[in-house]
Amino acid sequence: MELKHVDNDAEPCCAGSSGEGSCGPRPLTGLPMASGPVEDDEPCCGPPPGPPSSPHERPGYQLCGFVRGFRDTPMGPVPLVRTRLNPADRLATIGARLNIGRNDYRVAPGLYGVGSPDPDSPVLVTANYKLSFDTLRRELDDVNAWILVLDTRGINVWCAAGKGTLSTAEVIARVKSVGLERIVRHRRLILPQLGATGIAAHKLKKGCGFEAVWGPVQARDIKKFLNNGLKADPAMRQVTFTLAERLLLVPVEISLVLKPSLWVLLAVLILSGIGHGLFSVAAVWQRGPIAAAAYLSGIVAGAVAVPALLPWLPGRAFYIKGLMTGLTGGALVVFFNWSGIRGLEAAALILLAMAASSYTAMNFTGATPYTSPTGVEKEMRQGIPVQILALFVAAAAWVGSRFIA
Amino acid sequence: MESLRYLPGVTTLQFNEDACVGCGMCTKVCPHGVFAMEGRKARLRDRDGCMECGACATNCAVGAISVTPGVGCASYIIQTWLKGREKAECTCC
Ligand code: SF4
Ligand code: SF4
Repeated sequence: MELKHVDNDAEPCCAGSSGEGSCGPRPLTGLPMASGPVEDDEPCCGPPPGPPSSPHERPGYQLCGFVRGFRDTPMGPVPLVRTRLNPADRLATIGARLNIGRNDYRVAPGLYGVGSPDPDSPVLVTANYKLSFDTLRRELDDVNAWILVLDTRGINVWCAAGKGTLSTAEVIARVKSVGLERIVRHRRLILPQLGATGIAAHKLKKGCGFEAVWGPVQARDIKKFLNNGLKADPAMRQVTFTLAERLLLVPVEISLVLKPSLWVLLAVLILSGIGHGLFSVAAVWQRGPIAAAAYLSGIVAGAVAVPALLPWLPGRAFYIKGLMTGLTGGALVVFFNWSGIRGLEAAALILLAMAASSYTAMNFTGATPYTSPTGVEKEMRQGIPVQILALFVAAAAWVGSRFIA
Repeated sequence: MESLRYLPGVTTLQFNEDACVGCGMCTKVCPHGVFAMEGRKARLRDRDGCMECGACATNCAVGAISVTPGVGCASYIIQTWLKGREKAECTCC
């Protein structure tokens, strides 16, 4: 059950007024000497009262917005959750996509239900990352099922499996802690396929008496899977990486380069000021913005253009794809500032954009569902020297151009 | 997904066909269709499609598959270079 701590401060019952007696004289109740009729049902002043509190609310705790009721089971009440997302859920989704306070998007681990689950209903297992939980429940319209939420420390299924928080041991422990064998008659769990990295299906039966069935990769296929008698088509077993899926990752990519970018921009400004008179603020003012623009064009080229154009960019290594988009980005900056720069400066700007783009693109490997660690390491051994060289030559050319002039 | 391919010839995936008992589990868990069933044995259908996630090896009850699993994440690998494998953290997911 997801319970939130509630602020203890009691709000005054009447808007705009506070303090004793603001609701008019009322007989004291609950005291031994109270006398007269007890007007418990009478509203105080102001708007009419809302619905009564849920019998499941407890002092100091509040029910989550996605809980719509409870189902009694031999193990106590189990919260039933909505299959539609409300505005708060959508806001949380946006926040998670923008990488803001990502630790806030957790759901309390344990057992939930959708529809009206009974002892024969399937048990779907998921992570306690809010996006994973929301993605699953929104696909369960008209389905009666239990949802077993594991404690993956607020990390999605695939990443948690890779990091080891989604594990055979966690499934076994969670099945036991919710008393699943007393709630359902069957002995089967439907696991998310991408959890297979962390969960050994053949070890579950011995550990908790439940056998594992691998569900589809995508939650959107879960209904079809259930209706198919728990069979997944080959297509449901494969990951995809469509344009939409790639673009969804762009905000996170950008958020990851923001902080290091501030340091780079500072360095770029300082380098822009170096010249004959050692350092000139006027030069920073004049050359800094162009260099900063070249750097930022590299970031956009690496963090936006590479994900968007991924299948169409030549080469398989990401650092090479990034060099190409960076070349284009840097060339555009040069083109639009042509009147103010010389040949050597143009070369410096383009190289800076290429280095920034190549590095950013290489970091996108972590977000893709098809790069292998051995492959990434191989490409980094080739790519990083190229990036360092480009950066070094760019800096030398940028500073040197002021001495040559 | 076959349109997006990563570097060929790098995966650490090893498959011992003699040990395979043909349970088909590897074909179910692999998100890239690397394995296919052929009669009563699994077959390596697309070795270069492997992303070294380790799902197959974890779920092959007879240990017919081995792979060095990990995340293909540049910032993680930089950290393993700088701090060593134990202290490295994956920041990309
Ligand atoms: S999981 Fe292992 S035993 Fe089963 S088919 Fe695959 S290789 Fe063979
Ligand atoms: S390691 Fe992952 S991608 Fe490679 S074959 Fe095994 S399951 Fe497939």
